[in-house]
Amino acid sequence: MQRLTSPDALEKLRAELAGKRQAIKKTVFVCCGPGCLANGSRKIADAIGLQMEKQKVDASVGYRRCTTGCHGFCEQGPLVIVQPGDIFYCKVKPSDAATIVERTVKGDELVERLLYLDPGTKQRCKAFTEIPFYAKQTRVALARIGTLDPTDLGNAIASGGYASLAKALFTMKPDQVIDLVDRSGLRGKGGGGFLTGRKWRSCVKAPGDRRYVICNGDEGDPGAFMDRATMEGDPHCVIEGMIIGAYAVGSHEGYVYVREEYPLAVEYMQLGVDEARKAGLLGDNILGSDFSFDIKISRGGGAFVCGESSALMRSVEGKVGEPRAKYIHSVERGLWDQPTVLNNVETWATVPVIVQKGVDWFRSMGTKGSPGTKAFSLSGQVRNTGLIEVPMGVTLREVIFGIGGGLFKRRTFKAVQTGGPSGGCLPEDKLDLAVDFDELTRAGSMMGSGGMIVMDDRACMVDVARYFTAFLVDESCGKCVPCREGTKQLLALLTDITHGNATEDHLARIEALAATIMQASLCALGKSAPNPVLSTLKQFRQEYLSHIEKKRCPAGVCKPLTRFVIDEETCTGCGLCLKACPVDAIRGEKKKPHTIEPSKCITCAACREVCPVDAVEVAS
Amino acid sequence: MSTLVKIKIDEKEYEVPRGRYLLAICQENGIPIPTLCHHESVEPWGGCRLCVVEFRKKRWDSWWTELATACLYPAEDGLCVWTRSEKVMKARRTILDLLLARCPGSEVITKIAAEHGVYQTSFAKREGEDNCILCGLCTRVCDRVGARAIATALRGALKEVSTPFGEPPPDCLGCLSCAHVCPTHTIGHTEADGKRTVWGRTFELVRCSGCGAASVTREQVEYAVRTKNLSPEYFVKCDACKRRESAATFAGLLFDERKGGEGPVGPTGSGPSHE
Ligand SMILES: Cc1cc2nc3c(=O)[nH]c(=O)nc-3n(C[C@H](O)[C@H](O)[C@H](O)COP(=O)(O)O)c2cc1C
Ligand code: FES
Repeated sequence: MQRLTSPDALEKLRAELAGKRQAIKKTVFVCCGPGCLANGSRKIADAIGLQMEKQKVDASVGYRRCTTGCHGFCEQGPLVIVQPGDIFYCKVKPSDAATIVERTVKGDELVERLLYLDPGTKQRCKAFTEIPFYAKQTRVALARIGTLDPTDLGNAIASGGYASLAKALFTMKPDQVIDLVDRSGLRGKGGGGFLTGRKWRSCVKAPGDRRYVICNGDEGDPGAFMDRATMEGDPHCVIEGMIIGAYAVGSHEGYVYVREEYPLAVEYMQLGVDEARKAGLLGDNILGSDFSFDIKISRGGGAFVCGESSALMRSVEGKVGEPRAKYIHSVERGLWDQPTVLNNVETWATVPVIVQKGVDWFRSMGTKGSPGTKAFSLSGQVRNTGLIEVPMGVTLREVIFGIGGGLFKRRTFKAVQTGGPSGGCLPEDKLDLAVDFDELTRAGSMMGSGGMIVMDDRACMVDVARYFTAFLVDESCGKCVPCREGTKQLLALLTDITHGNATEDHLARIEALAATIMQASLCALGKSAPNPVLSTLKQFRQEYLSHIEKKRCPAGVCKPLTRFVIDEETCTGCGLCLKACPVDAIRGEKKKPHTIEPSKCITCAACREVCPVDAVEVAS
Repeated sequence: MSTLVKIKIDEKEYEVPRGRYLLAICQENGIPIPTLCHHESVEPWGGCRLCVVEFRKKRWDSWWTELATACLYPAEDGLCVWTRSEKVMKARRTILDLLLARCPGSEVITKIAAEHGVYQTSFAKREGEDNCILCGLCTRVCDRVGARAIATALRGALKEVSTPFGEPPPDCLGCLSCAHVCPTHTIGHTEADGKRTVWGRTFELVRCSGCGAASVTREQVEYAVRTKNLSPEYFVKCDACKRRESAATFAGLLFDERKGGEGPVGPTGSGPSHE
């Protein structure tokens, strides 16, 4: 790529690349996001490439194959999209390549069996715009992911990449950029929801020799992959956002902190930075202006706590990733004690879009207090798991039942966990809650970085609290006593409950300990560590009491407190459970009610899993 | 730094330099604050959380109170602090309860806990191990000395102070600074037959050419010579002998003066060169 030395040169290149793209007859996009890759999409991409060559519909005659980042609908992966026409093929196998190329690329037919079957309407969707999972989303930060090759800067430029940077550098003063972001009401997507414009302004006001900008790509929440998908799917939108931010606050050096467990994200971000530098979009005199800025990639060891701002900065400095007291904010004294702006991947990715489309457009989405959109990774017991982006203010119901397609057959909704490991669980009566930073906090959970785990009636909320607490015990940096020792003891108390060893005063002890952990811990990990326990205790106290007083786990998860029985009336005698039982504890003749031998049963729940009529129940 | 600000501690007004840490202010004014991870030779750290105090201040537009560690909280104008409020004492008691569960055998913790009305732990006890409370003083002092021989390893409940790969630490000087600052006296060390053992490593001690007492390790001497530009001669005599010698020199000097002798010898601190 040539070095771009003026905004005009960038625009000229964009027009040229976009023109070339117009000439392309068809493009086959193969999703190579984390989910699809794991399901072998690389092989599909290869097979499609091979077939295109074989069937003579390759680049030389105006056809293109493009491997992209995550399309979001991982549940249905591997995904292949053919444009124009928004044709969406799911659960594709390498052996489908020949058919797809022959019928859809060369010809103009659809391969019916690969189209998505809408379980609601029982119809196959011809275009992905018809699929409820996509139709109900609004993509801003994730907008370009899936439509371009993340390893090709030209792709990003053709799609309008770096145009916002040119606009900011040549038509706006730094302060005007801050003002714009401020007025947009953009709030940080890393968890705290701090106003981005306010943060930038504090940084500018703080005295210092140098200023830094950092992108937080630690993404330590188990199951969350919004930031990963962004870095792997559209690294240039993150880089562009960072350059704009750096220009606004007067920084010349930036870091992208990525966990080493994301090798592809590390690779693509590095590649993106190198390419951008070669094109004159990073380094000295960006686009021929007198602004200079460069980015380094900093790899983290993947500790959850390293996502916390002060720990992250210590880690970038090459020290142990332990948090520091924040009586002085890191905007004022951050990396190497200099004023530093730290923003999340998604926050940075949103910045160029705001610069491009303006405040009014941005504020037209979302709620008054939380304008814009938010990406979530939807997981757990919903039909459509994957990566989504929705306007703030949509209801949980809309997300879980609209986009997520609801729960599986015969299962009912019990709770949704939001906010990552230190978030909280919300029960059914909160389903109509409008999802934004303030509403979630008010309801006793939090936004966090956007994890959303759906749980059905077979989830035990005490066990859920225990699971997240155990995660935090391991992930506490161990520096301060309340967090290190306190969470350990909290886990011990919860384990007592799930093992049936709890006494009446356990709940009071948990609450007292939780209060001290929250008040006295050093960093936000400790301060929020009791959330999983406190929120489940608030919403599902009866379930705790049942464990303690009746020594019964109503969900049938805590083994010492569970005894399974087969309901005579419901059982059809199909015999599936009998086959599934690993210890031969089930007896019964065909077509007659079966029974479980309690002395043999190990409460593995295999019978319950396979029973087609839900006849296996937890004994009262 | 030198601007004075008015703050209130336990309803009493004080005028203190802006930015001075509350713990220092309390200590200077005889207000007792328990601490376990603080030492004047290293930067404040905020790990033990025993020094929490309750403070009230205005942020944005509303007043709020919160707990903060005195060791790290800088004084600012109008700050109101309570060092023994109910919230403070409750937090300290829980922290001591937790520490007692971690180190049921520690006399130091048992004593401080008892002073706060915690006579036994209400939590599950950690089983028969050392009395390390992970206050980080040993590793921070070691860093300060410049040896960096020990560090904390792992995180969360598995965190521990350790030597590289759990082996006798190659960079250790055997100076025992770590053992001296350890609030629970849990860093084991022995000294016998002119040898000192700490962290599983044995050091040879350098004998004083005056009295024959052994007090510093060869590694310490070498390190000081290398990094502080001191003459190796400096360590040949122990402090007591050096003091004795300079006293004698001084006495001799006075004696000589009366007889109209020569001028003073070097300052006592640097020690007379031997031979
Ligand atoms: C324990 C802990 C873990 C965190 N992990 C992350 C993370 O993985 N990614 C992230 O962007 N922010 C994380 N945060 C929030 C950051 O500290 C910080 O607030 C955020 O990166 C600021 O960016 P934003 O203003 O764009 O949200 C974490 C905070 C805590 C306390
Ligand atoms: S002395 Fe302040 S936290 Fe230990």
